[in-house]
Amino acid sequence: MARLLIRNGRLLDPSQEIDAPMDCLIEDGRILGVGNELPLEGAEVLDAEGGWIVPGLIDMHAHLREPGQEYKEDLASGGTAAVAGGFTQVACMANTDPVNDDPSVTKYILDRAEKDSPAKIRPIAAATRRLEGRVMTEMVALREAGAVAFSDDGETIMDSSVMRRVLEYSRLAEAPVIVHAEDCQLRGLGVINEGPVSTRLGLPGNPVAAEEIMIARDIRLAALTGAHLHIAHVSSAGSIGLIRRAREEGVRVTAEVTPHHLTMTAEATMGFDTNTRVAPPLRSAADLEALRNALAEGVIDVMATDHAPHASYEKEVEFTEAPPGMLGLETALAVTLELVRENFLTPLEFIRRWSTNPAHLLELEGGSLAAGCPADVVLLDPDREWTYDSTRGFSKSRNSPWSGQTLTGRVLATIVDGRLVYHHERGVLMR
Amino acid sequence: MIGRDILGIEDLSRSDIELILETAEQMQEVGRREVKKVPTLRGRTLINLFFEPSTRTQTSFEIAGKRLSADVVNFSVSSSSLSKRETLLDTAKTLDAMDPDVVVVRHGVAGVPHRLAEVLQAPVINAGDGAHEHPSQALLDMLTVIEKKGRIEGLTVAIIGDIAHSRVARSNIYGFTKLGAEVRVAGPPTMLPADVESLGVKAYTNLREAIEGADVVMALRIQMERLEGACFPSVREYAATFGIDREKLRYAKEDAIVMHPGPVNRGVELAHELTDHRPSVILDQVRNGVALRMALLYLVAGRPRQDDPASHASVATDLDAKRGGR
Repeated sequence: MARLLIRNGRLLDPSQEIDAPMDCLIEDGRILGVGNELPLEGAEVLDAEGGWIVPGLIDMHAHLREPGQEYKEDLASGGTAAVAGGFTQVACMANTDPVNDDPSVTKYILDRAEKDSPAKIRPIAAATRRLEGRVMTEMVALREAGAVAFSDDGETIMDSSVMRRVLEYSRLAEAPVIVHAEDCQLRGLGVINEGPVSTRLGLPGNPVAAEEIMIARDIRLAALTGAHLHIAHVSSAGSIGLIRRAREEGVRVTAEVTPHHLTMTAEATMGFDTNTRVAPPLRSAADLEALRNALAEGVIDVMATDHAPHASYEKEVEFTEAPPGMLGLETALAVTLELVRENFLTPLEFIRRWSTNPAHLLELEGGSLAAGCPADVVLLDPDREWTYDSTRGFSKSRNSPWSGQTLTGRVLATIVDGRLVYHHERGVLMR
Repeated sequence: MIGRDILGIEDLSRSDIELILETAEQMQEVGRREVKKVPTLRGRTLINLFFEPSTRTQTSFEIAGKRLSADVVNFSVSSSSLSKRETLLDTAKTLDAMDPDVVVVRHGVAGVPHRLAEVLQAPVINAGDGAHEHPSQALLDMLTVIEKKGRIEGLTVAIIGDIAHSRVARSNIYGFTKLGAEVRVAGPPTMLPADVESLGVKAYTNLREAIEGADVVMALRIQMERLEGACFPSVREYAATFGIDREKLRYAKEDAIVMHPGPVNRGVELAHELTDHRPSVILDQVRNGVALRMALLYLVAGRPRQDDPASHASVATDLDAKRGGR
């Protein structure tokens, strides 16, 4: 069977604590080994052009919109955007139409993904039926069908007794419960962070307390139930304090942060660009700084995109009417490399938070270049500049605040199960 | 300022504001003529695009346009663009295709005039967007204060009421501070927006402290319609704590004036006797509104059109005539 040798790069594998100039040899879709004296004979050679050789990135939070909202995105376009952005595995949220609250929907997503998506798709099932926050889903059956976690993302389970049951029962299915923590009543009609910018713009504010109250509640419920609670898109400094204390106490809580909360503040909304409307909202500079430090410190385990495609016409409306969310898959890597350049993260720790940690958290194969692992490998040049244009991207939607910007850090090639699926000069090649 | 959008006072410089106010003073003379009409905007089309009903502001812009001889078209849309399955961009492109010379926009959501202005060729004048800005109201308020006090520099202006939900408050805060006044805001804590002092004002929850020594006391209209989730427990309690009456007004300067953007909830923001008589200047505000809006329309839309060289002369002569008359 075909062998592929990746040469001429700096190999970064957090799972083996490797950061060194090394080659990577792939055979039959799996990693055969990494090193400097690998057998060359019969191997096709891929040149890393002096860039990084890393395990494929894993996005544990994306909205791929299939089934039901294929006008925004589908598994083919979302999976293609993923590999172009360096992601070899993507976990997709359950707020599709129909909702992924039934094993038949989970299987449908997996079947479609197998045919259409160059990236591996890992469905996240709903925690409650129709995301209504009332009746829990068949978590065991959903897990058997292929769900990797449970979440009502986009909605918060406001009834604490239901949330308690969901967390308790999730232990039977042995998968984390991912929460979008936001007290909907306190949020009210708020569309941007409550603070000086909401006051200047006269847009309804959403206070950080709306997020922190729910995180505090869910941490107490995780402590009560012993379940694995994962907090999606943490956005405030206060939330980080709550998570840090819970961890010290021994509560099973993990957390993620998005590229936009790490690099943008509420100021981005000053021109009323609806592409900056996101939930939770972009916060203050102090929150951004706290998020960066928490990620470096390990209080926040992973980065995740919260890729949320919306059609242009849905965003070309009043700010308060525009659905929240922005694209992320194609820009996440470049946008977050700023944290390496500004010394918040070493290259190895950066890759750990984009690949090894999410693999570990969702118990997925991958996130490693150790012998025997699936050959999900990405080559990237952290210093290469390119201009992102969302109208020419791989996603079906265009709602990105980074469109038109010059970004630093470019994916050179993406390999899934040993096959080259994306190359920066050759484009997307199907799996 | 020809061709420029007037989206908010925050974007205007001190000299822009002074130019608008000086021009408005010239326009006041037109309103006193027997034939209240000048040919300045003859052949120009003004669209009043109101997504939110506002008889007063719309009428004021309509009269201002007509006194300048513009063709005024009122385009009222009651629903949000989403409910019509038409985007704001669609609305803007549709209007643009009708080739207006100036578009006046009122909308219940902050930022809508900005988004329309990105598409429309014609200058856009914001006639109020959500709780964001209402520049023509603030400018007419400044015009009125200058008329009554002779200046703005060095005055103390107290704005009382629901600052959080008020576009009038924001525009006035920017305008009066840019012209050198000290601005104070006051209301119950539920009506003061987060970090309000970042706007350059002092915030008070005690009415007496706020109006102590003030030259101008401006009361804002209270939205009594929405009591659910309201910022005050009852109209009675609001009137007792933040309603302005002669008794409370004693703490302001003796010659202080009382302003209100209208319409007044009598006996709530202002005591009945203060609404109709001095030191209230509410009707002067309304009167000045027309002249001020004439000034805005003239300044942004008075440009000679390529296809109508004759109009340039008429604009120039008309303005020169007025200048000479002062």
